[in-house]
Amino acid sequence: MGILEVKGVGKRFGGLQALGDVNLSVQQNTVHAIIGPNGAGKSTLLNCFVGKLIPDTGSVMFDGQSVLGRSPHEINQMGISRVFQTPEIFSDLNVMENMMIPCFAKRDGAFRLHAFEGVENEKELVEKAEQMLIDVNMIDKRFMHAASMSRGDKRRLEMAMCLVQEPKLLLLDEPTAGMARADTNNTIDLLKEIKEKRDITMAIIEHDMHVVFSLAERITVLAQGTPLVEDTPENIKGHPKVREAYLGEAH
Amino acid sequence: MLGLNKKDTRFLLIVVALTMATPILLQPFPEGSGLAQFNAGYPDLMQRFAIFGIFAIGFNILFGLTGYLSFGHAAFLGIGSYSVVWMYKLLDYNVIYGLPLAIVMSGIFALLIGYISLRRSGIYFSILTLAFAQMSFNLAYSVLTPITNGETGLQVYTNDPQVLLGATEPRSPHFFGIVMNNSSKVNVGDWVFTFNNGYYFCAVIAILAFYLSLRIFRSPFGLMLRAIKSNQQRLNYTGLNARPYTLAAFVISGMYAGLAGGLMASMDPLAGAERMQWTASGEVVLMTILGGVGTMMGPVLGAGVIKYMENIFSKINDQVLHGWFGWMPDGLEDFVIGISHFFVGKSWHLTSGLLFMIVVIFLPGGLVEGGQRIRAMFAKKRGDDDDDPKHQPKQAPHVAE
Repeated sequence: MGILEVKGVGKRFGGLQALGDVNLSVQQNTVHAIIGPNGAGKSTLLNCFVGKLIPDTGSVMFDGQSVLGRSPHEINQMGISRVFQTPEIFSDLNVMENMMIPCFAKRDGAFRLHAFEGVENEKELVEKAEQMLIDVNMIDKRFMHAASMSRGDKRRLEMAMCLVQEPKLLLLDEPTAGMARADTNNTIDLLKEIKEKRDITMAIIEHDMHVVFSLAERITVLAQGTPLVEDTPENIKGHPKVREAYLGEAH
Repeated sequence: MLGLNKKDTRFLLIVVALTMATPILLQPFPEGSGLAQFNAGYPDLMQRFAIFGIFAIGFNILFGLTGYLSFGHAAFLGIGSYSVVWMYKLLDYNVIYGLPLAIVMSGIFALLIGYISLRRSGIYFSILTLAFAQMSFNLAYSVLTPITNGETGLQVYTNDPQVLLGATEPRSPHFFGIVMNNSSKVNVGDWVFTFNNGYYFCAVIAILAFYLSLRIFRSPFGLMLRAIKSNQQRLNYTGLNARPYTLAAFVISGMYAGLAGGLMASMDPLAGAERMQWTASGEVVLMTILGGVGTMMGPVLGAGVIKYMENIFSKINDQVLHGWFGWMPDGLEDFVIGISHFFVGKSWHLTSGLLFMIVVIFLPGGLVEGGQRIRAMFAKKRGDDDDDPKHQPKQAPHVAE
């Protein structure tokens, strides 16, 4: 039984069958990649996990509970954190304030009227946030305005904000899309580092094969809304069906 | 001290000192001199500074922190005033009954209006609040005449019950016998300073309101409100529900507005529907933007500047202008007065409009940003041999100041 169980998920947008009959199981403490060519339905599938879309058919169970019909903040409180394609951070705030928000969300839940406590007096949470910043090598930038940082740093901060919540599942939506090769390699290193330092379950949506094969332990290949195969990276590399999906059918 | 760090405590103490010294600070010119015209240290105006300061501080909690622009806050102002005048009519002239009721009533209305309006954001939210405020205005003006006394305005009549009114009790608003209208005048040389009970009553409440708002700015709750303005998507995906946070901010700012409205009726025992009109809602938006959105001091400054112009510039009529420019040759005098005529007296709105335009174009952060720039200029001159600022990470601006 995996931590994320997807059974028979289908989603139709008008005349387009975006997802057919998707079955998928993400096991605890693994990095699971979902790959596929453009338009294969990867992002649609991910949006079904986080409450942005509700599939027409099928079920998505996380940690034994259904996530369908729940709003994004409820799903996050269940233990799923999400990294976006373009880093989504609080750009009007500084790095430390960015880090404190997920800390409060984790401790106090979706809403609490804590209007008369000082942020800086929350010693325990401040320490936790600082430790996380040390882990991702950003501690010297903690008072920096988030908007003025480089894209790589924004990505790093977003990752730290997700990790400080100690999620049971971290979802990454094309974390290296639009990045130069050097930045891509940095991101891979960061993810590897994270993986080494803590037990974490990750699901990555990606179409850059380099990223996928350097990180993933399990790979699901998606084409035209249905999974073709699910296997280890070694087996996926040589799989004829995968070549077909990526390179087009051999006539 | 008081749950604030050193820097904020100093900030609060400066604000307290300035507020307490206002009757002296606003009276810089000796009586009878030509510039006495610009003195603002008279009770009526100082009370208005404090009251609109409270209104703007509260409005800033909603608009400055969450970015939700309400165009209907004057409705709460009116609700506060009506509550206080009703307490005069039913009980007696002690404001202690009316003010808490003003806060509670405006809080209830804010909860209702906010609950519905906050289903939308951006311009749609603004339009919804505007619609609610105009509805309240029209209700107060005509439909609810038995409660609001319609266009005449609500006031105390001799045949009102006033069940608690004692024989020796003052016949105008007071706080346990401290009559709001009473002042003591102190003459120092040519200067006359007026220390008014009503002003100090408002000032103490304004300081409390300022302190509460400072605590909210520094709290996790305040941080969440700023996060809502910055990136609501990230907030949702971080496990936080934005709706109750914005609603709480809306209710708190509505209560501030109710308190301000209550204080208006505490200074002058009248409540009229015109207080709820949309122009009054627009005025607080202007005050906040003029002073600096999302800063602590900005809204208060903005309220002060606008009220000063409204009361002082509008007093300068042609006669006063003749007095100033009388030394000029006749033709030139007429010309100068003809030009000035457009900016003072009844046309003072033109001056405030120009000031507003200049601030919005050149100082998007309001007057507070102007102050910060001037300070930064001096700091640069002083610290030339410091490390090259270019090679240091840019620090995020602090929300206070």
